[in-house]
Amino acid sequence: MPGEPRPVFLNLLQIRLPVAGVMSIAHRAAGVLLFLALPFAIALLALALSDQEGFAQVQVLSQQPLMQGGLLLLLWALAHHFLAGIRYLLIDIHLGVQAPWYRQTAWAVLAAAPVLALLLLWGLS
Amino acid sequence: MSRHLSGFRAWMWQRASAVYLAGFFIYVLAYLIAAPPVDHQALKGWVGNPGMWLATALFFLFLLLHAWIGVRDVILDYIKPAGLRLGMLAAVFVFVLICGLWVLSILMGVL
Repeated sequence: MPGEPRPVFLNLLQIRLPVAGVMSIAHRAAGVLLFLALPFAIALLALALSDQEGFAQVQVLSQQPLMQGGLLLLLWALAHHFLAGIRYLLIDIHLGVQAPWYRQTAWAVLAAAPVLALLLLWGLS
Repeated sequence: MSRHLSGFRAWMWQRASAVYLAGFFIYVLAYLIAAPPVDHQALKGWVGNPGMWLATALFFLFLLLHAWIGVRDVILDYIKPAGLRLGMLAAVFVFVLICGLWVLSILMGVL
């Protein structure tokens, strides 16, 4: 296209991202984190399914503070990715596209994800 | 290859797999909260049940497909240099493949 180049402003520290943008980036970050956690999850599944000793090891491991912290982080990522994903699926069928809904649902996802993660951790242990 | 997993096809698979993953996660987490397997035998019996085994195999298939499409999109969006981009895509592909084979071997062991 002829003419002057588009102005580009990509100073991440100065851009004020709208809340739906923050939620969207977090959805991506959570997805990448869950992806990187896959081998650890599969390893735990393999250990638990190996024999009774392995099963007991997983039970002991999952009670350790470091594992609980990691599990909480992953459950938060999962909850956020799950809730934001449902929001996207609803937007795909044209639900919640209009203001103020898209903004309110983005806030709701950001707020509900850590609560859901804590509830899951509490329920699972 | 004539059927690249890109464009609309990838977009559609991303959503179809997402629906399955969401349903499976709800079921498994509800099960683990309500009636967690008490020992190795119980866990093996749960996963080894034909219906659950098939649902789990399908879950990992969709999970790895979903992860591949998602991470591929992230790499294509943020990594511009062609060599680095190709290298990262290849690494992720191998990562996904190894995870898939690993899960397959675990699931075969339960049967």
